[in-house]
Amino acid sequence: MTINAVKGRALALGGAVALMAVPAHAETSAAGQYRWVTFAVFAAIIALTMYITYVAAKRVKSASDFYTAGGGISGMQNGWAIAGDYLSAASFLGIAGLISLYGYDGFMFSVGWLVAYITVLLLIAEPCRNIGKYTLSDILAYRNDPRKTRVVGALSVITVSTFYLTAQMVGGGVLVKTLIGIDYEVSVIAVGVLMLSYVLFGGMVATTWVQVVKAVLLVAASIIIVMLVWTPYGFSLPAFMQDVVSDPKVQARVATLLGDPAKNMTAAELGQRFLEPGLYFKAPIDQISLGMALVFGTAGLPHILMRFFTVPTAQQARKSVVWAMAIIGGFYVLTLFLGFGAARFVGSANIAAVDAGGNMAGPLLAQYIGGGADSFFGNFMLAFVSAVAFATIVAVVAGLVLAAASAMAHDLWVGVVHGGETVAPQQQVRAARIATVIVGAIAILIGIAAKGQNVAVLVALAFAVAASANFPCVLLTLYWKRCNTTGVVSGMIVGTLLAVGLTLVSPNLTYPKAVRAAAHKVLDAEPAKREAIAAAVASGDAAKAAKAAKDAAALDKAISKAKADMAKVEGQETSFVGLEKPLIELKNPGLYSIPLGFLAVILGSLLGRDKRSEDMWDEVYVRQNTGLLASRSTAH
Amino acid sequence: MAPANSSIDWAAVIADPRFQKLHRRKTAFLWGLMAFSVVYYFALPIGAAYFQELFKIRVWGVLNVGLLFALSEFVVAWGIAIYYSHVANTEFDRIASEIAADFTKRAGS
Repeated sequence: MTINAVKGRALALGGAVALMAVPAHAETSAAGQYRWVTFAVFAAIIALTMYITYVAAKRVKSASDFYTAGGGISGMQNGWAIAGDYLSAASFLGIAGLISLYGYDGFMFSVGWLVAYITVLLLIAEPCRNIGKYTLSDILAYRNDPRKTRVVGALSVITVSTFYLTAQMVGGGVLVKTLIGIDYEVSVIAVGVLMLSYVLFGGMVATTWVQVVKAVLLVAASIIIVMLVWTPYGFSLPAFMQDVVSDPKVQARVATLLGDPAKNMTAAELGQRFLEPGLYFKAPIDQISLGMALVFGTAGLPHILMRFFTVPTAQQARKSVVWAMAIIGGFYVLTLFLGFGAARFVGSANIAAVDAGGNMAGPLLAQYIGGGADSFFGNFMLAFVSAVAFATIVAVVAGLVLAAASAMAHDLWVGVVHGGETVAPQQQVRAARIATVIVGAIAILIGIAAKGQNVAVLVALAFAVAASANFPCVLLTLYWKRCNTTGVVSGMIVGTLLAVGLTLVSPNLTYPKAVRAAAHKVLDAEPAKREAIAAAVASGDAAKAAKAAKDAAALDKAISKAKADMAKVEGQETSFVGLEKPLIELKNPGLYSIPLGFLAVILGSLLGRDKRSEDMWDEVYVRQNTGLLASRSTAH
Repeated sequence: MAPANSSIDWAAVIADPRFQKLHRRKTAFLWGLMAFSVVYYFALPIGAAYFQELFKIRVWGVLNVGLLFALSEFVVAWGIAIYYSHVANTEFDRIASEIAADFTKRAGS
């Protein structure tokens, strides 16, 4: 019982660290007298997850409990957990933001995130459940040379998880800072400590339930907001959209986005343009490449694959994907209302003023719809959505840390160092916990070190590596008779290197010369614009003068941004990898790296020979199709 | 993995006509559905990029072809999931568990 007492105290400490961060929150988000509301909502949600972890900690005894909750999660529970694992802050806040700022393109962007699960459902989920045990590499190692494939598999898993984790930590730090106004470093540490306490003590059991709770809260919050937004329109979609496109704020936004061509358009045309493609995605090929990385990369994301080992049978794995698709898809349909609702009621100018990426669209809409910044319910809604966003970051990070830790402890330590010989269960759990602390500490350190960096590229990179390395290797191991160790090793290496390499020479990086040129353009145009503003003010027309004052403010902002950009690239001539301009135009390398990743597995397999891979084909193929001998341990 | 699995004759399962039938049926069904979903999905970004005039046509109030097509992606994805589950639940699972039970018994005796 002393162990439980220690765990309890450690959990309380983790909660306290996270909570201490809250009272220091800023005046920017909630009005001063409603600060206690934010505090209470955060405390309630953190306390709930802590309680879950405390209960879960008692159930984690074996490695199977730690990595896969003993395979005792039901299909429906797992479906909610997958949704909780997958709906990261980027998709939850980011897509609503994209829709609020760019209309149609933002909504189109959300589609790929759902379609990705068809690949998971049809090709990956059930075979993985039938063959795997704890990790992605288990599947590769079952058929191919265990030592070699575990090494390359684990490296790829750690690469993908670290990229994704860094993006989440940095994005989360910024978000928590914006939402509740605490320091960036403090919010990164709060996210890290809280996540570590879930994973360390509660393993997959606690991680699963934290993800389920988060998904339920997220969906509930979205439904409430959408109901409040939609009710005045009698639940009519055309009536709602008609009102959105008739709104002057929306029309002004489109005029700003289009620039000169907007001058000949009527207000109605401008509004309608918000529902048409092309305001965000300028290069179609980028959108297609990104779509490929999403649709094939999700099936190679280690923290998503790992979720299929938590259910007892292939039938439950299937059921969990169907549930996940219902929840994730339903959520993105709700996002349509959140995004367009935010554009209509909050206005894109106000959204972009708080966060240029539009991440605050959802929270600001919640505040508006609850009654505004001066009302109790408005602040309650803002606090609630902020707390859900916080829970979102923690839940996603927990799943990622668990995936990376399992690759280190299960694949590298037990599988490679011990060569698969029997390792005592207690030792396995201890190894898993040590790996968790290592990964968690690294995540916090990277999160703090990467402050202010552009991390969007890392999400693209994680999906690109997953789609170009993990996906071809897993798919061909499962479905191609000729596939073997050489193929898997070369596929993992080529896929990872290509995805990373192509991203490093893509337009995602900062190119000092281009930044300087853009800044110069803004600065050079200043005198002419100042003259126009002065002329407008001098004209004596009140409306013109008011517009000129607005323009002057916008110009001041643009000038200071241009100057800041110039200062940032001061003395630099080339990008991080020494290029003056990008070698490829694609933002996401998927279009090239996915086919080449497949090619590497195929060529490697044809060139190499491996008796084990050939001998195991019959067994792998029968087992993945029939579930023969699939471990159905439920442990409880 | 339990050492008991060595007693199952995997080649015999592969040669079993029921397994052959399951394999043929699943291969055609899964890859067909997969191909359809990929084509249907990529029609959206391709349409948004190259068929903008079509996407702009208003159909239902201010709702245009593009918006309704994007919404249809959700319906189609859910439809595929439900259809696949139905076929797998009623057909694939039955054959698979029959084969599994049969060969587990043979391995045991």
